[in-house]
Amino acid sequence: MPKCKYDWPEAGDRKIIGTRVSRIDGPAKSSGEARYTYDINEPGLLFAKIYRSPYAHAKITAVDTSEAEKSPGVKAIRVIQGPGKEVKWAGDEIIAIAATSEEAAEDAIRKVKVQFDPLPHFVNEEDLSKAGANAKPGETKRTGDPDKAFSDPDVVASEGYYGIATITHCCLESHGSIAEWTGPNNLKTWYSTQNVSGTPAQVGQALRLAGVEVPDNQIETICQYIGGGFGSKFGPDRWGIETARLAKIAGKPVKLMLERDMELEAAGARPSCYAKIRVAAKKDGSIVAWDSQSWGTGGPDGAGMPPIPYVLTNIPNTVTHHTSVATNTGPERAWRAPNHPQAALVTMGALDDLAAKLNMDALEFFMKNAPLAGDRGKVYQEELQKAAELIEWQKNWHPRGDKTPGHIKRGLGISMHTWGGRGHTSNCNLLIHPDASVEVNLGSQDLGTGTRTVIALVAAETFGLPVNAIKVNIGDSKYPVSGPSGGSTTVGGVSGSVRRGSVDALNDLFAAVAPALGVPAGQLEAVGGRIQAKGDSSKSLSWKEACAKLAVKTIQATGKNPGPCKLGDSGVGGVEIADVSVDTETGIVRVNRMVCAQDCGLVLDLKTAESQCLGALIMGITYALYEQKVMDDVTGRMLNNNMEFYKLAGIGDIGELVVHMMTGPGYDERGVIGLGEPPVISPGAAISNAVANALGVRVPTLPITPEKVLAALEKGGVA
Amino acid sequence: MQTFEYASPTSVKEAVQLLASTSGGAEPFAGGTDLISAMKDGIVTPARLVSLQHVKELRGIKFSSDSGLSLGAMVTFEELLDNADVKQNYPALVQAADGVSSPQIRSLGTVAGDLCQRPRCWYYRAGFGLLATYNGKSLVPDGDNRYHAILGNSGPAYFVNPSSLAPILIALGATVRVEGEGQREVKLEQFFVTPTNDNQNLFALKPHEVVTEIQVPPPNDAKMAVYEVRQKTALDWPLAAAAVVLKMDGDTVKSARVVLGHVAPVPWPAPEAEQALAGKTFSEDVADEAGKAAVAKATPLSKNGYKVQLTRVAVKRALLRAVKGEA
Repeated sequence: MPKCKYDWPEAGDRKIIGTRVSRIDGPAKSSGEARYTYDINEPGLLFAKIYRSPYAHAKITAVDTSEAEKSPGVKAIRVIQGPGKEVKWAGDEIIAIAATSEEAAEDAIRKVKVQFDPLPHFVNEEDLSKAGANAKPGETKRTGDPDKAFSDPDVVASEGYYGIATITHCCLESHGSIAEWTGPNNLKTWYSTQNVSGTPAQVGQALRLAGVEVPDNQIETICQYIGGGFGSKFGPDRWGIETARLAKIAGKPVKLMLERDMELEAAGARPSCYAKIRVAAKKDGSIVAWDSQSWGTGGPDGAGMPPIPYVLTNIPNTVTHHTSVATNTGPERAWRAPNHPQAALVTMGALDDLAAKLNMDALEFFMKNAPLAGDRGKVYQEELQKAAELIEWQKNWHPRGDKTPGHIKRGLGISMHTWGGRGHTSNCNLLIHPDASVEVNLGSQDLGTGTRTVIALVAAETFGLPVNAIKVNIGDSKYPVSGPSGGSTTVGGVSGSVRRGSVDALNDLFAAVAPALGVPAGQLEAVGGRIQAKGDSSKSLSWKEACAKLAVKTIQATGKNPGPCKLGDSGVGGVEIADVSVDTETGIVRVNRMVCAQDCGLVLDLKTAESQCLGALIMGITYALYEQKVMDDVTGRMLNNNMEFYKLAGIGDIGELVVHMMTGPGYDERGVIGLGEPPVISPGAAISNAVANALGVRVPTLPITPEKVLAALEKGGVA
Repeated sequence: MQTFEYASPTSVKEAVQLLASTSGGAEPFAGGTDLISAMKDGIVTPARLVSLQHVKELRGIKFSSDSGLSLGAMVTFEELLDNADVKQNYPALVQAADGVSSPQIRSLGTVAGDLCQRPRCWYYRAGFGLLATYNGKSLVPDGDNRYHAILGNSGPAYFVNPSSLAPILIALGATVRVEGEGQREVKLEQFFVTPTNDNQNLFALKPHEVVTEIQVPPPNDAKMAVYEVRQKTALDWPLAAAAVVLKMDGDTVKSARVVLGHVAPVPWPAPEAEQALAGKTFSEDVADEAGKAAVAKATPLSKNGYKVQLTRVAVKRALLRAVKGEA
């Protein structure tokens, strides 16, 4: 018997929770029936294109659109940034043009004339000595007495350099929207967004600031399907607002989806982080001191310090110093687990090097120091053990430098990570219709994470129905407000609101059928598609018969998160271990296997939870080995602004992936916690450590390219 | 992409006329896997595209042990990979085609199109011209030249030839038949041109000439292989590649052809490697020496020194693959 009326069912009473449920929108996505923003084509649609700055840093001195205005098919032109404005990265938007076809819009863009007064630019920050005034050193932060700890003759210290390049989000569906004015003050928008409920108010505010009057409640935002966001699609963006303004001017719907080059240059960047780190431990391996000098960029506004030292936050003596470096590159956006992959890479790399210097087995070293993670130390130890078992650590691990003859060297590397993941604010509306159908409405969105599926699952579990009996309506701002999908907050948010709404709706149904069954409403239960007296199936009605008792009155209930009863929590851990092979003649790294042991409280749908981890491992392998925003010093432009040289892993590059979700007692009772971010944090660090283990030398920065591997081997290691 | 005319002839003669009869520049359109993206990027702006899709005489693969292999210009990678004669007699050609690990490009991309590809240099593709000129100076020597040439790079061209098939076809002694006002044959080795200005033709083609056929001599029991060093297994340009064809007498190398790819503005024959092999009893050490010899004259730029090592390894591994069948 649950202690609180909305509590999740006890382990023995769960019918669907914790099982593997296939995502309910899988068939629509795989058949092409699912319509993404890119697929929306309203009658009379105009297409917009953007003239963008060729300079990384320049003042606009003149803009001439007269030729463009005369170009065939042009219906609206907007000067986004005019004379006097300073552009701070190559690819910044200057003029938008809507025309009757994409080609007509492009033709017109080519006729735009903009004059610039170029200014000095700075685009590559790894060599901090070149940053000059672009570098803004922060404050030095200390805990304990690091100087004393490092000078203790009984400690072993290790020193190294570690880094992770700026990468982009590279959403396969680029950013963009369609705007249609359905009345003088009524705006309908389709956005590729992670924030359906929150978009109308942002669009309304921006439009009113621009002098276009429209009340928020007359703006609708729709996003049924999205081809990736990863943190880069929370706001309507300047180009999205311009789309609405062009539509207003033209009196026709306008579509603007970014081209791939603009997507990569301007619509997403994860800040870099480079660090010189010194870390010390007692001879038994207990870490006692940390000293880091870090720097990084997130574009024109620089970048803050990632949370370092990471996970093992109770190292007793620490000193950290971070320099924020401003660069003339596209501005940063939240990238899946903002700041954590950087923190993991530099921290776990430094710790792994220390373990090697101590001649300790890395697993033993991390097990020993896991208590420095605080309350969750024991969870990390369980996860380390599980991951080690799955990768067969005892059999496969060797000390630094694979001594096997030949040019293929194999190694294992560990990393640990953490994240919050508390459910966001969510409201839903639950409908049980007399025809027995059930609908759940909420202004959430499914980023491909399985949100639709877990919503249906929670309602189905509560009503004793199969998952496919629940119709889930999301992806439209006309539904009750639900939070943006970011920071792993969605599953906790929507499961909380839907559970509470479902319990209330079910209680209303019990009340409606209690007289017919001759059983008090409080003594009814919903099991196996029937409403019955608790423990007495002789007094029962099928779900259909029960709903028929509603006659013409649909049950409507609302659910909210947060709300009564503890349905979720915050704070997870995870451990990943990589098994790699490195070709010492070519420097090419192949991932043989990666394992992930991850907790996230109560797992609702085991299949989509595992899928999240699998997707995160793939994304992690990609940024560990391939991804980097390559900027040209002279022109200030991004050189690999295409998917030819902005490299992403393909199927053959991924290796075998193994995911283990930590569930059962100690985990389930915490309730639901988000999972989107945590598993993507560790792959870079785990792979970097595995490469160091294989080679006997650290390849200091990600991505680990052949060039860097060969350069590291020249300095030492096994080759 | 700028507006263009589209013509779809059914004979080579008609195609040549269509290429010649427009003032704004015309481009032959084979698979389009490179041309269309170059047009979208504004790198190539033809007034007319002359599709070769319906020119039947450009299709087909013929083989006889006497005359060797004839590949129609419009033979696709997929057709090449599926052809039993090619598989049996020219395994290295299959290895080269197999390096294009995109099913889409394999389906559409053609052998002549592969030979006539434009460079992938990121400065060229960003609109700075073949010679990557900015403010009167090449961007490459001081810029990000990690993928640029390590041989034949004294300037002003620094890009690498991107062809997958050219190195092995040159090593096999292939000839290209071209047709314009008349027909003629060009040794493939002489087909590629290192430009000294942005507007120079990259291929030894006169105006309005098209490649019609590639002729490959019979293999005559030669040992052959291609080895590409690619960072990814998924579609990715090789960082270095080597094609080798060896005439053997038992374990002794009678003669060898070694041609490098992705290291110079043109496919790069390596006579130094060939000399290092000739007359030697083949061994891994000999293969390694040949690799060293192949790059002895390399002149890497500021950021592509690693390609010297990769090229050396590509030669060694191609030789081991050819002679010992190593993966």
